[in-house]
Amino acid sequence: MAHTPTKGRKLLFTLIAWTIGFLIFFPILWTILTSFKTEAEAIASPPSFVFFDWTLDNYVEVQERSAYFRHFWNSVVISVGSTVLGLLVAIPAAWSMAFVPSKQTKNVLMWMLSTKMLPPVGVLIPIYLIFRDAGLLDTLTGLVIVVMLINLPIIIWMLFTYFREIPGEILEAARMDGAGLRSEILYVLTPMAVPGIASTLLLNIILAWNEAFWTLNLTAAKSAPLTAFIASYSSPEGLFYAKLSAASTMAIAPILILGWFSQKQLVRGLTFGAVK
Amino acid sequence: MATAHSRSAARLMISPAVLLLLGWMLIPLSMTLYFSFLRYNLLMPGAHDFIGFMNYRFFLTDPAFFSALINTLLLVGGVLVITVFGGVLLAILLDQPMWGQGIVRVLVIAPFFVMPTVSALVWKNMFMNPVNGLFANIFRALGMQPFDFLGQAPLASIILIVSWGWLPFATLILLTALQSLDRDQLEAAEMDGAGPLSRFFHIMLPHLARAITVVVLIQTIFLLSVFAEILVTTNGGPGYATTNITYLVYAQSLLQFDVGGGSAGGIVAVILANIVAIFLMRMIGKNLDV
Amino acid sequence: MGHISLNQITKTFGNVQVIPPLDLEIEDGEFIVFVGPSGCGKSTLLRLIAGLEDVTSGEIKIDGRDATETPPAKRGLAMVFQSYALYPHMSVRKNIAFPLKMAGFDKAEIDRKIDDAARVLNLTDYLDRRPGQLSGGQRQRVAIGRAIVREPAAFLFDEPLSNLDAALRVNMRLEISELHNKLETTMIYVTHDQVEAMTMADRIVVLRAGIIEQVGTPLELYSKPRNLFVAGFIGSPKMNFIEGAVAERRDAAKVGIRPEHMQLSLEEGRWEGTVSVSEHLGSDTFLHVETERAGMLTARADGEFPVRHGDRVFLTPQDDKIHRFDAEGMALS
Repeated sequence: MAHTPTKGRKLLFTLIAWTIGFLIFFPILWTILTSFKTEAEAIASPPSFVFFDWTLDNYVEVQERSAYFRHFWNSVVISVGSTVLGLLVAIPAAWSMAFVPSKQTKNVLMWMLSTKMLPPVGVLIPIYLIFRDAGLLDTLTGLVIVVMLINLPIIIWMLFTYFREIPGEILEAARMDGAGLRSEILYVLTPMAVPGIASTLLLNIILAWNEAFWTLNLTAAKSAPLTAFIASYSSPEGLFYAKLSAASTMAIAPILILGWFSQKQLVRGLTFGAVK
Repeated sequence: MATAHSRSAARLMISPAVLLLLGWMLIPLSMTLYFSFLRYNLLMPGAHDFIGFMNYRFFLTDPAFFSALINTLLLVGGVLVITVFGGVLLAILLDQPMWGQGIVRVLVIAPFFVMPTVSALVWKNMFMNPVNGLFANIFRALGMQPFDFLGQAPLASIILIVSWGWLPFATLILLTALQSLDRDQLEAAEMDGAGPLSRFFHIMLPHLARAITVVVLIQTIFLLSVFAEILVTTNGGPGYATTNITYLVYAQSLLQFDVGGGSAGGIVAVILANIVAIFLMRMIGKNLDV
Repeated sequence: MGHISLNQITKTFGNVQVIPPLDLEIEDGEFIVFVGPSGCGKSTLLRLIAGLEDVTSGEIKIDGRDATETPPAKRGLAMVFQSYALYPHMSVRKNIAFPLKMAGFDKAEIDRKIDDAARVLNLTDYLDRRPGQLSGGQRQRVAIGRAIVREPAAFLFDEPLSNLDAALRVNMRLEISELHNKLETTMIYVTHDQVEAMTMADRIVVLRAGIIEQVGTPLELYSKPRNLFVAGFIGSPKMNFIEGAVAERRDAAKVGIRPEHMQLSLEEGRWEGTVSVSEHLGSDTFLHVETERAGMLTARADGEFPVRHGDRVFLTPQDDKIHRFDAEGMALS
């Protein structure tokens, strides 16, 4: 509200908000802290917060014992690969729907959205069988394709909502200025669309990175990304808290950082423009 | 604004996306539908006889289906209640004047970016473990008996874990919606003599209604398919205590290799999800003026 | 050269015909203004000329060549948009260079033309800025700059001043008029503001519902409006319309008299009335007077005319300035 809040009120809200924020964030913080403990300290009772012997051994050991970086690389390939591939398909589609809408555009968009609503379990068996017969089980190619397809509706929708905000008059101006379709896309549309495309890229890398239905069901050891790799800690390695924490920290850190950059786009992307 | 030339170019540009999604939707879904009418088990080679609705009858009359349906509803409902109430309160809190608002926002949003397998394992082992978990430590420090969360209250524990991941999503969307509320409206209400509570119920809540609906619908779509959290914590157990429909279909198809039965379950899941999807699509469609 | 002729052109959106068959000749070097209330089809007509919309039927000729099917880029026209439509990611220099680059000019030629345009439009100091860093008036000049470097056969302006504040609008009006005097290129200008139309145009086209109500010089429209619509649209404050006995005595269904064509007096006159609102601007005084004989009338006096709400005044119309209309609203000569 317009009137300046009193210092006391502001202090009160600050205290409450920071406490709640800390509590919500605590499991992540605790994981990070534990990753620097020895296994003995990790299960010590009472546990210590900061006053323990900080060590990097867990990180070294996780890599040595389980080829952590291969799974990390798989995650990178799957999330970046599926997103880039998705963008290549989605950009022309979103462009045409945003700038040359027809009577069908709305229906097409809604239909695309409806494919996202399809529960993955409804197509689990056919995809599994198709992958088995095509030799795609436990391959990165297969996962890139599946993850691209499940996120394609979100990519198209996000791009569509961004493109629609580019004023049509600018494209008409380019046309009047003598630009053909190619120059129009190259010199005018693309530079204006880059911020939106970047946000879309970011959010979809996050979604793909954390995708845990298909990655768990379609991979074994070779091409498992981090989601599936961490699941293998289910038991009994899960009881080695320090190593579990080190593996978890490395799995979530890159995406946590990307995620903080994409807060705003997240709302748009995941609500399909229904909340701005 | 369009001329005939640009229209045909547009159609050409949209076709790859349409074809891909059409293939993704139609081919596997019709295969699932087809399998659901067959006696088809990967462990039993031989003819796949057409058996009509037998698979459906078995799936729907299996006691496991009933508990899975109840578990699915409890899981979805429980997480929705927690995240929507928590989200509204947190959004209003974060909208207040304070120091370090940006940092608190960052802290609150963080769990959304944690992959489901990590959050499930961290909660299961480091917090809920009855011997070495942090909660057990706290209980002991308070002189109480440690509580075996996943053993005694498995579904509630999973609801807690999933809610932790989705609370940031609800908060962020509701906060965005709250911030789009016209401040003049609140000031006008204040001039009209409305106190903080009536401002909340008469102005903020109606303004948030739409965003709440969106949160409920979108979360429902995702929550119906909760899988990884169950797989790494309880494997659906003990018994069927934490088996939801998604997990049941997975177990039927990939653990028992019953393609026919799993497919019937898959179709049931699709039908359930569609009931929610129809409402969600209507909401989004209304907002879309092409 | 910029002679444009529209021959029986029509435009239909879905089932709605926004432009019924329409003919118009625009002479080379002419400054022509399309004016009318919103939704009258003036912007659509401009976009048809630009080629941004396809005509449903009819023919557009530019300098004698059939341009009906020609894409916008090839028509040799330049357009200034209401929102300016500057490319936000390009500097002012690059914005102005864009059409030249598209036309395949070499770098030296482009630089020379940009410098010329910048000098004419006072943009030299701003060439390396982005549009977002400019004021409304500067953006407007960049949009014009982008149009003039192409040396088009004609300029199309789509309500270019409507996003500017009042003072700037008057300035830009003058600048555009000066530009026209300097370049002597055909300009087609769309506005809903009759003051802009009156001050800038060589000829005005008054449109309503896609139909041309009248074409003529500003003074022709002012002194000889063809019908009630044009009479009411052109001139500010609006012409007074009077029905009943006053009109019947002049053998008309309705008569019109402009506020500036009535004599005001405190002592005597033809129509007696009471001042309801008086607006004192110093240079002029506008009075809204409730008369017994002719209803509510607006009158204008030069300079100050010292009356207040409730005072009695007398109005005397100049008989030779009275416009007569028949029952269909057409002017009677």
